[in-house]
Amino acid sequence: MAQQGAYYVPHHSVWPIVGSVGLFTTMFGAAHWLNDAGSFGRPMFFIGLAIVIFTLFGWFNSVIRESIKGSYNSQVDVSFRMGMMWFIFSEVMFFGAFFGALFYTRMFSVPWLGGEGHGLFTHHYLWDQYAAAWPTNGPGDVGGSFSTVSPWGLPLLNTLILLTSSVTITIAHHALRAGRRKQLLVFQALTVLLGATFLYFQAHEYMEAYEHLNLTLQSGVYGSTFFMLTGFHGLHVTLGTIMLIVIWFRCAKGHFNKENHFGFEAVAWYWHFVDVVWLCLFLFVYIM
Amino acid sequence: MAHAATQDHHDDHHEAPKSFFRRWFMSTNHKDIGTLYLIFALLMFFIGGSMAMLIRAELFEPGLQLVQPYFFNELTTMHALVMIFGAIMPAFVGLGNWMIPLMVGAPDMALPRMNNMSFWLLPFAFTILLSSFFLPGGAPAGGWTMYPPLSIQGGDSIAFLIFFVHVSGISSIMGAINIIATILNMRAPGMDLLKMPIFVWTWLITAFLLIAVMPVLAGAVTMLLTDKYFGTSFFNAAGGGDPVLFQHVFWFFGHPEVYIMILPAFGIISEIIPTFSRKPLFGYKAMVYATASIAFLSFIVWAHHMFAVGLPLGAELFFMYATMLIAVPTGVKVFNWVTTMWKGSLTFETPMLFAVAFVILFTIGGFSGIMLALVPADFQYQDTYFVVAHFHYVLVTGAAFSIMAAVYYWLPKWSGNMYSERWGKIHFWLSVISVNVLFFPQHFLGLAGMPRRVPDYNVAFADFNMISSIGGFVFGATQLIFVGVIIHCVFFAKKKATDRVWEGSKGLEWTVPSPAPHHTFSVPPVIDDSQLAHGDVGH
Ligand code: HEM
Ligand SMILES: [Cu+2]
Repeated sequence: MAQQGAYYVPHHSVWPIVGSVGLFTTMFGAAHWLNDAGSFGRPMFFIGLAIVIFTLFGWFNSVIRESIKGSYNSQVDVSFRMGMMWFIFSEVMFFGAFFGALFYTRMFSVPWLGGEGHGLFTHHYLWDQYAAAWPTNGPGDVGGSFSTVSPWGLPLLNTLILLTSSVTITIAHHALRAGRRKQLLVFQALTVLLGATFLYFQAHEYMEAYEHLNLTLQSGVYGSTFFMLTGFHGLHVTLGTIMLIVIWFRCAKGHFNKENHFGFEAVAWYWHFVDVVWLCLFLFVYIM
Repeated sequence: MAHAATQDHHDDHHEAPKSFFRRWFMSTNHKDIGTLYLIFALLMFFIGGSMAMLIRAELFEPGLQLVQPYFFNELTTMHALVMIFGAIMPAFVGLGNWMIPLMVGAPDMALPRMNNMSFWLLPFAFTILLSSFFLPGGAPAGGWTMYPPLSIQGGDSIAFLIFFVHVSGISSIMGAINIIATILNMRAPGMDLLKMPIFVWTWLITAFLLIAVMPVLAGAVTMLLTDKYFGTSFFNAAGGGDPVLFQHVFWFFGHPEVYIMILPAFGIISEIIPTFSRKPLFGYKAMVYATASIAFLSFIVWAHHMFAVGLPLGAELFFMYATMLIAVPTGVKVFNWVTTMWKGSLTFETPMLFAVAFVILFTIGGFSGIMLALVPADFQYQDTYFVVAHFHYVLVTGAAFSIMAAVYYWLPKWSGNMYSERWGKIHFWLSVISVNVLFFPQHFLGLAGMPRRVPDYNVAFADFNMISSIGGFVFGATQLIFVGVIIHCVFFAKKKATDRVWEGSKGLEWTVPSPAPHHTFSVPPVIDDSQLAHGDVGH
């Protein structure tokens, strides 16, 4: 085993407990806010969020300092890699739940509502007028009639943008490994820009949907799956873009060298993950 | 090289920090964090236990006497949530925290800071959950399974339940990532995967299950949240959704979840039985493969919780056969435990008593599981006390007994003192008798048709309910002895434990002093195969 010195075990750290307090404040606030818009929940939620962000700064700050000090040997590096990998796997499973809901609805429950095979009686007694179709907002016409976003406009453009950003981040990575600083910074900045553009278009598309298509979160199960899937994806792109920006600054500060740049790689993995999720979305939510 | 490894990077603290706050709130030490987990789990065991006592008191006689029906529903819901997420799971994580680094020869967990966060999220998560008792509409009352539409037709509390699930889910995922990284990356040289103690193996697989299914539960409850507060229609048929969808997503989490609560128990029992049989574990590799197959199968049996919901025939058949398949690897385990004891020189100290009781009583729970797996039979059993009896046999005499066995087994290593064997045995015998008085009659109640989650029942069920309640009260009271034994052992016991503690014990954890010093294995130990705990070594 390539070991330079002992495995680094930090002494004690205040961040985990501060972070836990932060997350608690956020969630507890959110629960109160949801139930009563005028309650203390709202300010509490934002205070909690601030504590969480503060924690992230503090925690990463100590990790970066330790890393620069050279406290981490290659074994610690492997732990970080495994941590990130399994975290991404958990994210895959989270999206899996929503994709599962989409497939189940489209393949089973909507046809059943329309009277196919197994759902005969529900159909017969409750909604014998309803014909299964996709997209649908159900036999109750929940949210009123709506139209869908065409995949071949903004979504296609966004697909190209994210694919390009995957290329630019890879070029940046190669530049980092080859020690070409300038190229690294330029391509990393390009990736950030592409991420931001994606988000801009996505927001634009949402506005279109709400204002002109009457496609909203309340548009029956189509609206639910459409907005929850693309919404969580958008949230991940937002986080990813913030991470990319942080990494840009860290590149500019010279935190990374040719061999040691796990922070960069972790964010690159995350970005590729977000990219793959989008491809699935494009295929299953927009096209099919 | 060995010398270079002793040069600590950080200042050479080898003692626990002096300041109380630093030691317990800012910890990065796997032993202290393990202790915190275990204390928390014990506390939750008693909070959940008090709810159970109230439930059994109400059910002592037919009719309504103590609590309002709605509050009764709050009690059953919260009892399950507290016991599953607050007692059983954290206890296993605590045991894993304490023992995995000791068993694989690691200096600590792979990600020590995250380890502390995994723990500290839990008390906060439970503050969110338990605070819902004080809301105007009371605590969640729709059952721990949170089925819509019922669960989102209650009061404000569902938001608290959902955020509780999110926070404790984050805690579980962090904990699981840490355990996987520790096991895969921190083993001492020479501790090959197939030389690891079975407890470590079972935790490795459990951690994988956790990472795979906790996010799915998070997704399921997020859909509940948006259905209730933001007007989505995932579970609303009028909008094209389907309430049964929730059950699918929930049980995709839920069935692996029951294995999350039993695989580490299998690991513990596989450590204890060889020690007190003074024989290596029979069929070490078979145990590993059986654990892995159970984990795999646990992903394709979820709809056995939904047989009566109206599934297509093909699905009923598939899930029935897949469920029954699980009995095969489970049977392998039971036979291996029995064979390990066969012709061993057995002694019956308290951990062994609990382990033997586990083998017998868990198997009873497994058998009732097989009965429930039969679709036509389940149509009658579902939602009755038969199901209640089934899962309490696997969870109380299974998971909880294994945790008690583990505490007796490792407490001398943790505290440096021997617990009182006499009181341990009293605790055991009272527990094992009362738990059967408590749960065995529930099989008959269920077969006779008594539904679960009801505060009142037909007078025909009166006798067995009274017997069950008496068993419940005795079992509850008996657990105070457990606390007494622990406190006595840690603070007052005179008898010191040796490093090896048990005559037949093998494995790295017994090579460090008792009590285990604050830091162990800062230098990776040299692995001596003959001192490892199982049979395949040296082949
Ligand atoms: C041979 C192994 C097992 C089989 C075949 C089996 C089968 C089943 C079936 C078919 C049900 C659904 C009954 C119904 O609702 O009608 C059930 C319920 C349950 N089982 Fe098992 N089971 C097994 C082992 C376990 C284990 C090891 C655990 C936990 C440690 C467990 C925990 C539960 C729980 C908690 C429920 C009730 C869930 C609820 O409705 O709230 N089971 N089991
Ligand atoms: Cu199950």
